[in-house]
Amino acid sequence: MSPAPEDASVHRALGLSDDEYQRIHGLLDRHPNHLELAMYSVMWSEHCSYKSSKIHLKRLPTEAPWVLVGPGENAGVIDVGDDIAVAIRIESHNHPSAIEPYQGAATGVGGILRDIFTMGARPIAVMDPLRFGPLDDPRSRWIAEGVVSGVSGYGNSVGVPTVGGEIVFDETYKGNPLVNVLAMGVLPSERLVLGQASGIGNLAVLLGASTGRDGIGGVSVLASAGFGESSEDADKRPSVQVGDPFEEKRLLEACLELLDEGLVTGIQDLGGAGITCATSETASRGGAGMDVDVTAIHAREENMEPVELMTSESQERMLAIVEPKDLTRVIEISSRWEIEASVIGRVTDNGQLRVLNGFDGEVLASLPASTLHDDAPEYDRPLAPPRDLTERRSKDASQGSADCVNDLLSLLRDPAWVYSQYDHQLFLNTVVGPGNDGTLLRLRHPRTGEETGRGIALSTDGNHRWCHVDPRQGTAMIVAEAVMNIACVGAYPLAVVNCLNFGNPEHPEVMWQLSEAVDGMTEACIAFNAPVVGGNVSLYNETNAVDIAPTPVVGVIGMHPSLSVPPPVIGLPTDASLLVLGQVPEADVSMAGTQWAWEIGGCKDGTLPTFDLAQAVRTAAFIADAVQRQRLVAVHDVGEGGLAVAAAEMAIDSGVGAQINYHNDHISMFNESGGRVLAVVQDELLDAFMTDASEHEVPVREIGRTGGSSLTFGAEITVPLNDLENACRNELPEALGRGTISA
Amino acid sequence: MSCRVGVVRFPGTNCEFDTVDAIHSLGGEAEVLWHGDSSLKNVDAVVIPGGFAHGDYLRCGAIAKFSPIMESINSFAKEGGPVLGICNGFQVLTEAELLPGALQKNAGMKFLCSMQRIDFVSTSNVLGRHAKAGDRLRIPINHFEGNYVCSPEVLNQLEEENRVVFRYVDNPNGSIADIAGICNAEGNVVGMMPHPERATSPLLGSTDGTTLIQSLLIA
Repeated sequence: MSPAPEDASVHRALGLSDDEYQRIHGLLDRHPNHLELAMYSVMWSEHCSYKSSKIHLKRLPTEAPWVLVGPGENAGVIDVGDDIAVAIRIESHNHPSAIEPYQGAATGVGGILRDIFTMGARPIAVMDPLRFGPLDDPRSRWIAEGVVSGVSGYGNSVGVPTVGGEIVFDETYKGNPLVNVLAMGVLPSERLVLGQASGIGNLAVLLGASTGRDGIGGVSVLASAGFGESSEDADKRPSVQVGDPFEEKRLLEACLELLDEGLVTGIQDLGGAGITCATSETASRGGAGMDVDVTAIHAREENMEPVELMTSESQERMLAIVEPKDLTRVIEISSRWEIEASVIGRVTDNGQLRVLNGFDGEVLASLPASTLHDDAPEYDRPLAPPRDLTERRSKDASQGSADCVNDLLSLLRDPAWVYSQYDHQLFLNTVVGPGNDGTLLRLRHPRTGEETGRGIALSTDGNHRWCHVDPRQGTAMIVAEAVMNIACVGAYPLAVVNCLNFGNPEHPEVMWQLSEAVDGMTEACIAFNAPVVGGNVSLYNETNAVDIAPTPVVGVIGMHPSLSVPPPVIGLPTDASLLVLGQVPEADVSMAGTQWAWEIGGCKDGTLPTFDLAQAVRTAAFIADAVQRQRLVAVHDVGEGGLAVAAAEMAIDSGVGAQINYHNDHISMFNESGGRVLAVVQDELLDAFMTDASEHEVPVREIGRTGGSSLTFGAEITVPLNDLENACRNELPEALGRGTISA
Repeated sequence: MSCRVGVVRFPGTNCEFDTVDAIHSLGGEAEVLWHGDSSLKNVDAVVIPGGFAHGDYLRCGAIAKFSPIMESINSFAKEGGPVLGICNGFQVLTEAELLPGALQKNAGMKFLCSMQRIDFVSTSNVLGRHAKAGDRLRIPINHFEGNYVCSPEVLNQLEEENRVVFRYVDNPNGSIADIAGICNAEGNVVGMMPHPERATSPLLGSTDGTTLIQSLLIA
């Protein structure tokens, strides 16, 4: 083996601290060589090891009888009945997207799809919660346009529909956008496979794209450090990988065929940390070791160094563990799909991950496979609430000059510009697609295509404003909002995945935010009986040492038990009563954390309104049940922008206005008190509905009647539908470029 | 007698199983045909479904036209066999010169997935057996390259021979003469950008695609 590095600059350049170097020295009982050091540096990076967050993540509830695979595997898997399992995962590709928006977003989609088919599932849905700097900032517009094009370009071509998401613009993401991607897949329960290598003498077959020099150090250099000077950031561009959706599509089909024929004993995608991660993870999960021959790796260019081959993050690659007798068939299927396949490793019984120059050649690296994972450092970093927390919380966020009509117009935004660029209908499952509260997909058997008569619902939600004011309650509120969204399409929650986007973990305030958010999520997940089955932590979201507002994003997956007709629409019918269901806000409810306070009133602090989690649980269950029993004509969640924005969205959707009786000041119009929905019930069923609601302890108030061509609040405030529609629909096309030739 | 429809699968095709499902739901039989084979397996009709055959690399449909199956489809079409190209399939048919013209990038330079209203302009083709000219349908589109172009002479000919099958009510992509679908002179080869298989269930928001697929099933 090559001699040990002689000075500390080597491990520091790789992103390892001096303490971490000493830890490696202790584990190996010798100095590591350069290749070994590089392997530890990628595996012990924040991105791969969760070393700063693990201690907090342990507090999340992760178990339920229907959970087949919880956090720690490539994706969470839940049992949804009829011998069908669903795999789900969420990930971030924030930093690559800041540097190279199109490829950053594209490879984010590619990476998470591999996580899903690694579990034996066919990916059938993608959701993309996106957050960018303000629309009046040219660079943020460039990033937003590039990211949406990247999701569209890759997702459409690889053939997985993008069925929902979010789009948020705020100053806090200027310089550090958040590009999160959720993917979901279905599999016959018996096909569930885990990423592990077992069976001494079995072969590790590298499938897919050749290995190049792209993406080296992506997890360490890029994902685990913040942004500063733009010239330095531009230097990080080679750390962003380049995606090829056609390669991924063939790889996906080939892998599903291999799984169908039972030709693999374990399979693992290659993402962050490349071959190092895939070989060591499969080996250590299977309690085995592995010999890897670097000369067998099909490479994109000549003269690649072993360290480059072992840490490259080239996209569209998988590692399959195959019994020697099946190798011929594996190669046959691969070549039918025009996929390269190389035997690069052998499973051994000694627990060592050895990198060899030819299977019988020189040993370039040799380390206990499990030390790359199990022995990664775990930090209990100092945490502290902001020093001025008391002062911040005493602020009154309702101050500022309100002009209710114009404020309402400025708070409206139609995301159609984004989702019309995504194929959201492929696979014929999309009953309720993007642009609504929750997404609802038909659940069909993955093998036979037979309908189960049930539906799977999805929603992703985040709210940096609530979480900035109070990361604990704010996070509980976003879980509740996501659950309420799927309730609006008739589903009850089954599980949660989370993407925890935070700033620099070396700042005690950031660690406090993370810890608080985990506690808020825990409370809400327990209340809704929806365990966390997977997640991703993205830290170092900062620019010039300024952290982003804490932005945990949750994805909730739920079940619609009897899907025979589409759920109610958002749009208002004419001449019906408009009801608000759920928690009744106090008379002087706080405006802290509202979109109004941030964008119009100019106050980002205060204390969040009281949130009654138990009430939210009752309301969500009641709504889901009412939708399933087809008792609602229209329904819409009340979220950002409060009641006024929700009512306006309902009016715009159908072109029918409403007269709302007593909401006529900015506090009652725009407060974001949690756990509420707007709904319409047929007049003749209204009395029975009210009685039923009261028996289920769900408050219902009638707040107005639908009809007419304007939306009115009290006697003074009238907004013509045309104005609402124009304000809503024109903002994104005007800022980001029209996607159609019409108008 | 039920009709057996061959649904072509290139690497990169992604609507093949949706098309198969739609055919099954309407009582037809479907057979997936691999692009590398040259046998059409005695099917009664062929659908080239949507997707990104060969990644749409070089140009949509430009590589697909060289797949072995295309030679057989060419002969099948020349003998009067019904052939429907949907979206990417339409692009493949123009590249293979089974249909005239070409499909270029949408005028707005964006991918577009949305429900569209289209008018059934001409029913004298394999899709028109259950329809009458002037029927208005709601069928989704899903494409980046759906902007139909052709020479003035070809356009003239298409109009005169009543070969414009569908027109958009609100042209979403800049297609010449609002064209959403055309057929060959014999009416047995049709190409269309909208996806009829996506409009075959009330749960999906429209059932207007069923008449088109049904028409193909008795062709």
